[in-house]
Amino acid sequence: METFIAGISTLSLARWQFGITTVFHFLFVPLTIGLGLLVAVLQTAAYRTGDLSYDRMTKFFGKLFLVNFAIGVVTGIVQEFQFGMDWSRYSVFVGNIFGAPLAIEGLLAFFMESTFLGIWIFGRGRVSKRIHLASIWLVSLGTILSAAFIVAANSWMQHPVGYTIDAKTHQAVMTNFWAVMTNSTFIAAYGHVLASAFLTGSVFMLAIAAWHLRKGHDLAGFGKAARVAIVVTVLASIATMFLGDNQAKEMEVQQPMKMAAAEALYNTQSGASFSLLTIGDLSDNPVFQVRVPHILSVLATNTWDGKVLGINQLQKQAAKKYGAGSYVPVVWLCYWSFRLMVGLGILLFFLGGIALWLVRKQRLEKSPRFLRFATWMVLAPFLANSFGWIFTEAGRQPWVVYGLLKTSKAVTLISPGYVATSLIGFTAIYSLLAVIEIGLMVRLAKIPPVIETPEEAERVPELIY
Amino acid sequence: MLLVLHPLSPSGLEQLWFFLILVLWLGYFFLEGFDFGVGTLLPFVSKDDLDRRTVINTIGPVWDGNEVWLITAGGATFAAFPLWYATVFSGFYLALFLILAALIFRGMAFEFRHKREDVKWVMWWDQAIFWGSALPALLWGVAFADFVHGVPIAANATWTGNFFDLVKPYALLGGLSTLLLFTLHGATYLGLKTEGDVRVRAHKIALRLAPLTFVVVTAFLAWTYQTAHTMHHVGLVPPLLPIVGLLALAGVGWLVREHLEGWAFIATALVIVAFFTTLFLNLYPNVLISSVSPHFDITIVAAASHRYTLEVMSWVALIFTPLVLLYQSWTYWIFKKRVSRPGEANETHHTATNV
Ligand code: HDD
Ligand code: HEM
Ligand code: HEM
Repeated sequence: METFIAGISTLSLARWQFGITTVFHFLFVPLTIGLGLLVAVLQTAAYRTGDLSYDRMTKFFGKLFLVNFAIGVVTGIVQEFQFGMDWSRYSVFVGNIFGAPLAIEGLLAFFMESTFLGIWIFGRGRVSKRIHLASIWLVSLGTILSAAFIVAANSWMQHPVGYTIDAKTHQAVMTNFWAVMTNSTFIAAYGHVLASAFLTGSVFMLAIAAWHLRKGHDLAGFGKAARVAIVVTVLASIATMFLGDNQAKEMEVQQPMKMAAAEALYNTQSGASFSLLTIGDLSDNPVFQVRVPHILSVLATNTWDGKVLGINQLQKQAAKKYGAGSYVPVVWLCYWSFRLMVGLGILLFFLGGIALWLVRKQRLEKSPRFLRFATWMVLAPFLANSFGWIFTEAGRQPWVVYGLLKTSKAVTLISPGYVATSLIGFTAIYSLLAVIEIGLMVRLAKIPPVIETPEEAERVPELIY
Repeated sequence: MLLVLHPLSPSGLEQLWFFLILVLWLGYFFLEGFDFGVGTLLPFVSKDDLDRRTVINTIGPVWDGNEVWLITAGGATFAAFPLWYATVFSGFYLALFLILAALIFRGMAFEFRHKREDVKWVMWWDQAIFWGSALPALLWGVAFADFVHGVPIAANATWTGNFFDLVKPYALLGGLSTLLLFTLHGATYLGLKTEGDVRVRAHKIALRLAPLTFVVVTAFLAWTYQTAHTMHHVGLVPPLLPIVGLLALAGVGWLVREHLEGWAFIATALVIVAFFTTLFLNLYPNVLISSVSPHFDITIVAAASHRYTLEVMSWVALIFTPLVLLYQSWTYWIFKKRVSRPGEANETHHTATNV
């Protein structure tokens, strides 16, 4: 079987395709999860208080939520089938275990999400207010559940549990479903993923509210939206940092090589220092480096003088255990993606903190410079999410299922021509989608809501689409 | 189901999952079948933009839920028959890519179309709805026909063919059958869900499509049977099923003419169920037929996951499927009213065009 075209292998094309399509999907997913919850909160406030400004905000952010949701759905379908397309040997190997969460996700989460979203979009004025409110909460619950199953599936790849290897077929076979669903890696990752999704939603909402506040549009509505968003930003950023730190400790135990790569720590050290940034070569003689003593040990092991294993030692161990070969992921990618994620997390914490302080001083609406800054910060959570996954997935290499299956053995045996075609195709389609989506989002986000009378607000349009 | 015992006879659990995968696909084709049909008919049943919006609104609240049947069918195949999932989706690589691309644009079109008033913008998304519906309606038929008639797989489920092995005459006839069937199904659905001119046009189209569909589907099923008997594998082939399907199909024209719209819709649904069940039963006890040699057919037994996984999945399916069916039926009940052009149903209403 021909697996090279002009020196490019099916493997590298498949990796690019998977990386591009998944990162693209995950640009929209956290916003769906976060904004879904926030819209439900706004609608609940409108329902409880009868305050029309909450109702306006529900409709305003609801519209943006729907545009985002649509693209999350269509890119999600690609995810579901990619495993079979590009990673068929992987699919055969893991299907017994990995397939179950995917199927359950569809049955439990996606049906709920999509069905109740239909009721929410078309039901305003046609179903009772309580059912309409309940439907957005069920959509939000659906998004939170769907994240659970997909992250459980991914966590099994990071840290396989509850399985044996079938001697005849060499497949991984599930022996304990409960163990798969309570994998410590999953518990740690799920919390961090959810917290970061809520953070994504709240920063998005804050950014748009800030833009309108600066322009003086609908101060009552956007003022309230901004306050909800600020509270969530503060809470979610603290949770994200705390849970991320927790994940790092889990990682040091389960995938020490990833931690070493994240730190570019070549040799085992006790009381290891944390490097904030490096200019020049990551390995031996950096041109310039800022290090904070002991912090890496604290981060990875929770003790001041804890031992953190280095890349060289871990490589030797792995070669002894699994046979010759390189077990070192791409160090610069891990090092920088990790730093950027953490850095952006800290930045977002400050964003929330300053905003909260301004609100308490009653100065939020009167600080145009801060409002402008808050609008630009909309990019930060999306970048942090992408860096986080790039770190997680790239740091696991050369394994696709940690310790069990190498990525090079997972790829479908087809001609690179096919993969190249679909890689170009998907990349073109996704670029087009990105342009259309961002264009539409910006356009809709800039149109201030119309201030309606109570009767107008209750009006039910005959055609929704 | 009474299945003939076979030397490599699948266990009860494996049979159950073969059957459940069929049910998921049936759910998908029954539901998304009519919304593919509605999308394909969009340019033909509407005279102006308000007509088009009326048509799109008939499937607005439900299309996404319908599509989840596909996602669940894919996930369940992955979990219950990993080898089937892996072989099909890697083998049908480009066909699948086309289907996914079509579904992407179609899904966005529903949500994006009305978000701007620009005529060009709307026109582009209308195109996306048409092509995004017609193309998958055709390609799914091609793919399922290929499953039955055989695909170029050799030992260890490795593909030896290329894209053009998948588009043989039999498979193309299968594709044409599903395209026509879904379009007809969409026409009976529109007859049931709209009022006024759109409804009249949908009736006319259904009347014209029904005989053509009958001829094509009959030819396809006859071909399927002819080869099923001459080929090496003997699936379970109860001729009753396709005959019931064809009778229902023959009746569609009459039901539409008599304005028995509900029954006409049930009839097209029945044809779809009979059509795909026939194909699946022809496959049994395999999940994929090799066109290279019968030795390379992939059997249910070879493709299936181990017992424990199937048990877990069975419990999950047993508990949650009824729940899903319940709330999905509930949405259809909530939105059971016909969709009409603003102002047409009830003249006293204001003609609000929402923005
Ligand atoms: C808004 C997004 C966001 C922000 C601000 C942060 N993260 Fe994060 N991080 C993610 C979004 C994310 C993510 C995309 O959700 C990941 C990818 C995989 C995962 O489980 O979560 C992730 C992964 C991830 C991992 C990898 C786990 C593994 O590979 O097993 C670690 C160790 C951290 N994070 C730690 C942190 C720390 C200490 C942060 C402190 C500020 C932080 N993250 C901020
Ligand atoms: C259930 C969830 C996921 C599964 C099963 C999964 C699986 C995989 C697989 C099979 C690969 C191929 C190996 C490789 O290319 O190195 C991969 C790579 C990759 N995935 Fe994931 N992934 C998941 C979630 C995600 C998410 C949500 C993202 C990002 C948003 C992501 C980003 C990437 C990237 C960037 C690569 C390329 C890494 C590299 O090539 O080194 N993954 N993943
Ligand atoms: C790489 C593996 C992934 C697969 C196979 C996958 C699959 C899918 C599918 C099929 C959909 C469409 C659902 C619909 O039609 O309603 C979807 C949407 C969604 N996915 Fe993913 N997904 C992946 C990665 C992720 C990750 C890592 C998360 C969460 C942490 C996630 C969360 C969601 C959510 C919340 C939606 C809802 C709709 C939206 O995104 O707007 N997915 N996904």
